[in-house]
Amino acid sequence: MEVRVQDIRKDFGRFPALDKVSLDIRSGELIALLGPSGSGKTTLLRLIAGLESPTDGTIFFGDDDASKKTVQERNIGFVFQHYALFRHMTVIDNVAFGLKVRPSSRRPAAADIRKRAEDLIDLVQLGGLEKRYPAQLSGGQRQRVALARAMAVEPNVLLLDEPFGALDAQVRKELRRWLREIHDRTGHTTVFVTHDQDEALELADRVVVMSKGRIEQVGTPDEIYDTPNSPFVFGFIGQSNTLPVRVENGQLWLEDRSIGVSAPGEPAGPAELYFRPHDIDLLDGCGGCLAGVVTLSRRVAGTRHVELDIAGSTRRIEIELPSDVAATPGTRIAFRPNRWRLFRS
Amino acid sequence: MAHDAVAPASSSTSEMVRSATSESRLARYGLIALSLAFVGLFLVLPLAIVFTEALRKGPGAFFEAIADPETWAAIRLTLLVAAIAVPLNLVFGIAAAWAIAKFEFKGKAFLTTLIDLPFSVSPVISGLVFVLLFGSHSLLGPWLGSHGIKVLFAVPGIVLATVFVTFPFVARELIPLMQEQGTSDEEAALSLGASGWQTFWYVTLPNIKWGLLYGVLLCNARAMGEFGAVSVVSGHIRGMTNTMPLQVEILYNEYNFIGAFAVATLLALLALVTLVIKSLLEFKFSAQIAAARKH
Amino acid sequence: MTISLPQRWQFRQPSVIPGFGLALGVTLSWLILIILIPLSGLAWRSSTLGWSTFWTLATDQRTLNALKISFGTAFLAALANVVFGVLLAWVLVRYRFFGRRVIDAMVDLPFALPTAVAGIALTTLYAPNGWIGSLLTPLGIKVAFTPLGIVFALIFVGLPFVVRTVQPIMEEIDREVEEAAATLGATRFQTVSRVLLPGLAPAVLTGFALAFARGVGEYGSVIFIAGNLPYVSEIAPLLIVIRLEEFNYPAATAIAAVMLMISFVMLLVINSIQAWSRRRYGYGA
Repeated sequence: MEVRVQDIRKDFGRFPALDKVSLDIRSGELIALLGPSGSGKTTLLRLIAGLESPTDGTIFFGDDDASKKTVQERNIGFVFQHYALFRHMTVIDNVAFGLKVRPSSRRPAAADIRKRAEDLIDLVQLGGLEKRYPAQLSGGQRQRVALARAMAVEPNVLLLDEPFGALDAQVRKELRRWLREIHDRTGHTTVFVTHDQDEALELADRVVVMSKGRIEQVGTPDEIYDTPNSPFVFGFIGQSNTLPVRVENGQLWLEDRSIGVSAPGEPAGPAELYFRPHDIDLLDGCGGCLAGVVTLSRRVAGTRHVELDIAGSTRRIEIELPSDVAATPGTRIAFRPNRWRLFRS
Repeated sequence: MAHDAVAPASSSTSEMVRSATSESRLARYGLIALSLAFVGLFLVLPLAIVFTEALRKGPGAFFEAIADPETWAAIRLTLLVAAIAVPLNLVFGIAAAWAIAKFEFKGKAFLTTLIDLPFSVSPVISGLVFVLLFGSHSLLGPWLGSHGIKVLFAVPGIVLATVFVTFPFVARELIPLMQEQGTSDEEAALSLGASGWQTFWYVTLPNIKWGLLYGVLLCNARAMGEFGAVSVVSGHIRGMTNTMPLQVEILYNEYNFIGAFAVATLLALLALVTLVIKSLLEFKFSAQIAAARKH
Repeated sequence: MTISLPQRWQFRQPSVIPGFGLALGVTLSWLILIILIPLSGLAWRSSTLGWSTFWTLATDQRTLNALKISFGTAFLAALANVVFGVLLAWVLVRYRFFGRRVIDAMVDLPFALPTAVAGIALTTLYAPNGWIGSLLTPLGIKVAFTPLGIVFALIFVGLPFVVRTVQPIMEEIDREVEEAAATLGATRFQTVSRVLLPGLAPAVLTGFALAFARGVGEYGSVIFIAGNLPYVSEIAPLLIVIRLEEFNYPAATAIAAVMLMISFVMLLVINSIQAWSRRRYGYGA
């Protein structure tokens, strides 16, 4: 089901946790809310769920105004960060809970509930563990139970709060791929919160980057990575370098030297140049380039990460070079960004 | 599910969301009222009636009842018994907590169970065991008697019975607290060259002092208030082996209600002071006596 | 994964902390002197009675009735305390209202108030001419000097055991669990009755057991209000005292031994239920 968030504001005391946030989530989409802690991503998720109520604004599920409904009436599936499994219930009782508590008019027959719970347990690959209690499961298994439980009610939208936050790195990776598969198979509209950009970029159809209670950018992982639309997104996603430059006559200048990058159509004046460590061309000679002295050189797998002191700036710049380029500290390296953006304050 | 569209949007939605993890206002007030009624009926009224009964005939009669020499003797005996029993169990409690909380050894769980044993023994049985041990039909009784030592129906018996029933109080308070604190502080002190006693005095004791005070407080309240066990071993000799609770019983059974409730007032005040200090300790040092809440 | 090497049997794990010998020495000597020797005296005394004498004494009708009354009233009182104790703990943990701190402190009153004082206070309250008794008498309800009075006294005595065992567990309930139930469509009532209260069951059980055990042995608060009618409202501890006053030591010993045995069996059962609960659900109380 499609979910529309319209002009949502949420104040905690006098501090706005969310400020005029609008977002359209398409039916069947897997969408990530990504941001640092305090960015309001979890608040937005809880507002969609109905666990918080907005100070202002509306949330639509399809054409229904969901903000008039209680959390119980919204029929959503929510997977909590620490799973919140009912510890006195077996796996199957946990999964079946949402169906068992329905009023008798809407409640499936006991046998159907059982069947549905068993199917879901199979779907999350926990067949055979139906009679276990949460305490007898591993973290990853609990996570799957939580997901199966949330899906049992055929939710309008599936909401996951830091779904992999409490797991160790190995399990995280596995579950990530697995969640994508489950999503593709079941087609639930899914929103998940994360502070881990790899997770968001790898898993989501679209990523919503949030900061300080606002949405900075919404886009596919490629769009977010390749064309960040704000300094925040540029800095938050992936590695990036910034340099204070000047635009003059469609050329970029660092102090009194042209760096050999043309910016046609840019108005003159000071600006911040953003570029990623791997978006550079190495140059032999320097007729208009950035040049710096290597201060640190680290080999990371197939690439060499090199830190440079740039002449004419106090900023440190990090670039990535093929691992066979010798870049011992003290050597001079000349390069030019081949993909970059300018932001003006 | 309050779902009325009449109320202003913001307030109705916030009430609506609260219903996810809280009860309706009506249920809340109902439950609070029910508990208040229960507490009033079962806890406040009994306390209140002690004071009103004692003062029924005015302060004059009250003070007259208190000034009775037998009552004074009972007060003195109660203080004496507590003054012996509490320090003994204090030392024991610290020793037991040190052994159990700071070391891993075989049979530790069993030892902990044994320490809790007096909690599950009826006070009357706690008295009875000493009657059987020191009574005239016992092994020890005649031998002690021939040496002029009187345990039963005398102060030593009362002290023994009191020590028995208050045995676990300090240890129970300290063991979970010291277990929580672990041994790293002590190890640090030892590595800095402190001796064992210095470590205990300067590192451990400051860490546990509020929990210790808490335990001593409860131990003292029980020591001064113990009735069943003391009643069995005391022999009820007026002015001699009557503690305050026993004096309350005697006066009450003689229909001297003013006198009985006057002595009861003193014990109730002791209980109130205990509760006040206990609450203050819990409020101010909750982290240091956290384990205390589980009795 | 740690590799476990075959280890020599050790009484205690090595530690740099001093004082183990002294501390354990003091603990054991005190424990043996004050608790174990007197209690084994009781065991020894009852064993010298011989089985048939013991059986005759223990199955005496008055004794059986006294035991029945003690255990029965303690059971009823503990049940009542489960209901009111859980309610009180809930209100204290979940709601903020004027006087909450005072109520919280008051819960410990039965721990602090000497039982004899509680006994005469409750008796005066519930006597036919007392504050509450005079209201109940016209309704035909007699509390003081009946078994019902015993139950009331034991409710007073046992209340803090339930509240103080349940309260900390209730405080630790994860808010997320309640939210999870709500997102799955459970009404508030369903959340409380199907998720929260069952989760508290081990703590409630422990509180019940503690209140029950205390109630069975309780003496001071009961003897004033009970009326102490043999076969009707005479509790087992009182019968022990009566037998002692008659210098009938064998009878007193036999009753005490039976009470102790039943109490220990109960403790054992409770402990095993808890151990089982911990193994299964990962929590106990």
